[in-house]
This record gives sequence, structure tokens and C-alpha cells, in this order.
Amino acid sequence: MLTYALVAGVLFGLYFSLVGMGLNLVFGVMRIVNLAHGDVLMLGAFVALGVVTLAGIDPLFAVPLAFVLFLLVGTLLYWVLVPRLQGSANPEMLSIILFFGLSQVVEAITTIFAGTSERSIQSRLLGTVFSTIKVQLFGGKPQNGPIRILGQGFPAPWVIAAGISLVAIGLVYVYLYRTRLGTLTRAVMSRRDEALASGIDVDRVSAAAFGIGLGLAAVAGVFAPFMFGSITPAFGADATVTSFAIVVLGSLGNPLGTALGGVVYGVCYMLVQTYLSSWADLLPYVLLILILLLRPSGLLGRRVRVA
Amino acid sequence: MPNAIKHVLFILVPLIAVFAVLPGLYQNHLLLFNFVTFLILAQGVNIIYGFTGYLPFGYVGFFGAGAYGFAVLVMHYQSPALVAVLAAGLVGVLLGLLLTPLLRLSGAYFAIANLAASLAVLHLVANPALEGITKGPYGVSLTGTFNPSHAYDAALVVLTLTVGGVVFLKNSSFGLALQAVREDSVSASMAGVNVVKMRIAAWLASALVAGLAGGIYAWYVSVFYPDNVFSGEFSIFAIVFALFGGVATISGPIIGVLILYGVYNLIGFTTPQYFQLIYGLLIMGLVLFLPAGLVSLATRRGWHVP
Repeated sequence: MLTYALVAGVLFGLYFSLVGMGLNLVFGVMRIVNLAHGDVLMLGAFVALGVVTLAGIDPLFAVPLAFVLFLLVGTLLYWVLVPRLQGSANPEMLSIILFFGLSQVVEAITTIFAGTSERSIQSRLLGTVFSTIKVQLFGGKPQNGPIRILGQGFPAPWVIAAGISLVAIGLVYVYLYRTRLGTLTRAVMSRRDEALASGIDVDRVSAAAFGIGLGLAAVAGVFAPFMFGSITPAFGADATVTSFAIVVLGSLGNPLGTALGGVVYGVCYMLVQTYLSSWADLLPYVLLILILLLRPSGLLGRRVRVA
Repeated sequence: MPNAIKHVLFILVPLIAVFAVLPGLYQNHLLLFNFVTFLILAQGVNIIYGFTGYLPFGYVGFFGAGAYGFAVLVMHYQSPALVAVLAAGLVGVLLGLLLTPLLRLSGAYFAIANLAASLAVLHLVANPALEGITKGPYGVSLTGTFNPSHAYDAALVVLTLTVGGVVFLKNSSFGLALQAVREDSVSASMAGVNVVKMRIAAWLASALVAGLAGGIYAWYVSVFYPDNVFSGEFSIFAIVFALFGGVATISGPIIGVLILYGVYNLIGFTTPQYFQLIYGLLIMGLVLFLPAGLVSLATRRGWHVP
């Protein structure tokens, strides 16, 4: 039971890291609270749904599609919304309200087109591309059983989602620390004014970060139907708060921090779920408040709070 | 004539008079009650956000806690409704006291922590493990105290107190000190303002107002579920109404509630999705094009708006 909870916690935790990563990037770079983050996740899930129902192929193909789609949407949205917002008196506060409005719009439009019913995708569809390749190269029969780790069986989608999340986190790390745009992004994160003063095109860097943030959220959303069982247009609001708990738990502006925050969150979640299930709903909120009060900079963070 | 008396005479008295007379003229009393509730909540948000700059994104936490304070007192102690309403206010203040450490956080951190706090209270109240106290997720029914017309009068009293409080903030050195803290807390403390005490006072005042409003709401509707009284819509509506009119003024939140909540009811509830769409677009337009509220249209021209 304990081993199961721990391993499942790590698998979920890696996935949760991916869920929080985009939000972290957006807040870290622009000091903008993207309350529509969860709704982008929800839209990502609908991309996966569309790929399965329209094309009938493995939902994994939705990953690059969702990423590219929302990279473009995010960059576009940045230019429409953010420069105007930054010109106002209190952009950080107003961003909360602005993106709340956006999340309402997204939720309403999705409901108009998709209805309020719960949607799910058969979990055996995920990863069929792997088993097909395996069958063609090595022969044998396709198998859809649970994947065994440390003597316990886990649903294959959990393992695949955790694996993709790990890859995505690695790519974000490479982007931030091994590319020029990433270095500029980190410069804007640490001191926006000085970055501007030293001739960095802050708007371009921020637009890229916003696009990547939304893209990552959409990728996380592709796996949401498998991790949470089903998906509705109203899923976004809860997902946003959970993402915040994870981001704050790690630390702002540090992708490795979010990865750690996600894993800690996942393990706590699974442990509470296993031993005290009726209180599991409370966990993200209580954890969020405790961390904000005790160590607002997060587990790995530099100082970000001013009182 | 001092400004405070002018504000009472020309804003507070007409407002209360109109809402005291309307139930005799207009049949939909629930709608009038909702107007009064949102007027109270929007002014409560005005006290904390307008005068101190803290955005209470989980403001509904106090409202819901007040409603459940009322319910627990009526269900378990059979107390009279008025006592229970006062207790609801007390519950709001106690929750506010419990959450004072959140005031150490700034900007978005405070807003998000406050949101999390309200959701934590919701999940605590709705927890099936506490069914013996709060009836958990199954909701409460308080038919014994049901008396909408008295509840409406009580709401008017609370509205009077709240708007009176804002008039005080607008015309006193206390309110001026609060605004100084909002603009630049370091300079304000150099000028001899006790920053922490000021903020806590405003925070508890707005918690009290929401707690009382929640208690009266419970009294009025008498049957409700945790999801009703902790609905995030209360926080959002109160914030958006206050912002739409313009915060840190007396008239701004009132104008905001009357116009926006009026529009809300004109559009109607038949297709909630279209309504949500229009509302979302309205909020976005508001932030992008009119971030300082309707009153900024007048103040930009140099007119003074109370």
C-alpha cells in the first residue's frame, strides 16, 4: 500500500510538474497571474478528444499538435492583451481579473460547442503507437496490461504521462539554460527593468514565454482525461488552483523547483488519498496557504515576497 | 456643510430610502434582496481593495462562513435570528483574524492565498466527516427562522452601516492613512502611520461586513448548500462591481452594482453559457479599457466624484 502510494505519487507528481510549469513561466517572466491556465489545460484535453474522435489515432499525436497550436495562440494573445495591461496602474492585480474574464469566455465558448457532459477517452488508446511499433519490429502480440514497477501494477497512461512530462521538463531546462532566447528569458525574470535597460526586447521574450507557457499547459491537458478520468468545460477552475499550489510549492521562476513541487504535491496527494480520503480535497489549499506563510519563496526559491 | 454630512445626505440617505420603498412597489423581492447583498459585498471589497490595495479573491469565504455561523447557531442552539446574524458577523471577524497572517503576502500572492483559504473553508464545511455540525454537503434547512421581510430590513441596516463606514473612510484621517499605506507603505510608516494596525482594521471591517451579509443571506433563503454560499461568483461579482464603478470612492461600487447587476438581470438566465460569454468579455473590456472604473471618466475631466 505504501509503495503503491509512493510510486503513484511520483508518477502523478511528474505529471503535476508539467501542469504547473506553464503557469510558472508566465508568472515568472511577466508577473501576470494567468487564471485561464486551467482552461488551456481543458482545451488541450479537447484537442486530444478531437484527435481520437476525428482521426481515430493515438492521442499521443495530440501532444505536438496541442503544443504548436497553443504556442501560436499564446503569442497572439500576448500581443492583444498584455501590452495594454502593463500600461495600467496595477497590472499584477488587474491581470487576475482580466484572465478570470478570459477563463469565463473560454469556458462559455467550450460549453456552447461541446455541452456540459463529462468526456473521457478509453485509456487503452493512449500509447497504441508504441505497441504497434514494438509489434512490427520485434513481433509478438500487442499488450494493454498495467505496467509493473516495484512489484505493483500501474495504469499504462500514468507511466506514459509521467514520461512525457519528464521529457517536457528536460526541454524547458534546455530552453532556459542552453539557448540564447532562454538566457534572455531568465534575465527578464530576474530584473525586468534592467533587462529592458540593457537592450533586451522584453516584449518578444515575454511573448515567447507566454506562448510556451500556454503550449505546455495544453500538452498537460492532453493527458488530463487519463489522469483525472474525465473532463468537462468547468474543469479549468480547479486545475488553476492546483497548478498554483504546485508552482508556489516549488518556486517561482525556477523550472526545477516546479518539478520538485509537483513531485512533493503528488506524493502528499496520494498519501492523503490512501489514508485519509475524505480530506484529500482540502490538501491543495491548505498546502498552498502553509507554504505561502512559512516559506513564500518555495522549496528551492530566492526571495520573491515583499510585505 | 462638511463633506461627510453631504455624502450621507446625498448618497447614503437616498440609497437606503429607495431600497426601503421599493419592496412596496416591485414584486420580485428576492431580486431586491440580492441587490442589497451585492451592494454590501461590493462596499466590503471597496473597504479592503479600494483603501488598502489587497485584492480579496476569496472574499466569499467570509460570506459563507457567516451563513454557516448563522445556520449552526439556529440549528444547534435554537437562537433567535438576530442573535445568529450577529454571531455570523463574529464568525466573519474570527475567520478574518485567523487569516491576518495572509496580509504579510503582497500582490498576487495575497489574492491567491485568499482564494485558497476560501476554498479550504468550503471543503471543511462540506466535508462529510463533519456532518454532525454543518450537515456536510447535504445542505441546511432553517425553516424555523424563515422571515424574508425582517431579513430584508436587517440587510438594509447592514448596508447603512457599510456605506456609512465607507463615508467615514473617505472623510477621515484614518481613511487617508489607509490610502497612504496603499500607495507607499514605507513612506506612510515614516509619517507615523501604524501600517500593520491599519491594514488589520480594514481587513476585519470588510470581513465583518461579509459575515453579516452571509448570515442575513442564510436567514433570507433559509435552505442552502455549501456550494451556494461559497460560490466563487460572490467574490467575483463583488470585485467586478466595485471595480466597474471605481474603487476608493463611495459612489463607484454603488453605480457598479446598480448598472452591472441590473444588466445581469436584464440579459436573463435562460442560456447561462451566452451569459457567461458576455460577462467574461465585459470583464476583459473593463480591465483593458477602463481599469480605474466608470468614475475615472469623470475624474479624468477634473470633476470630483465622492
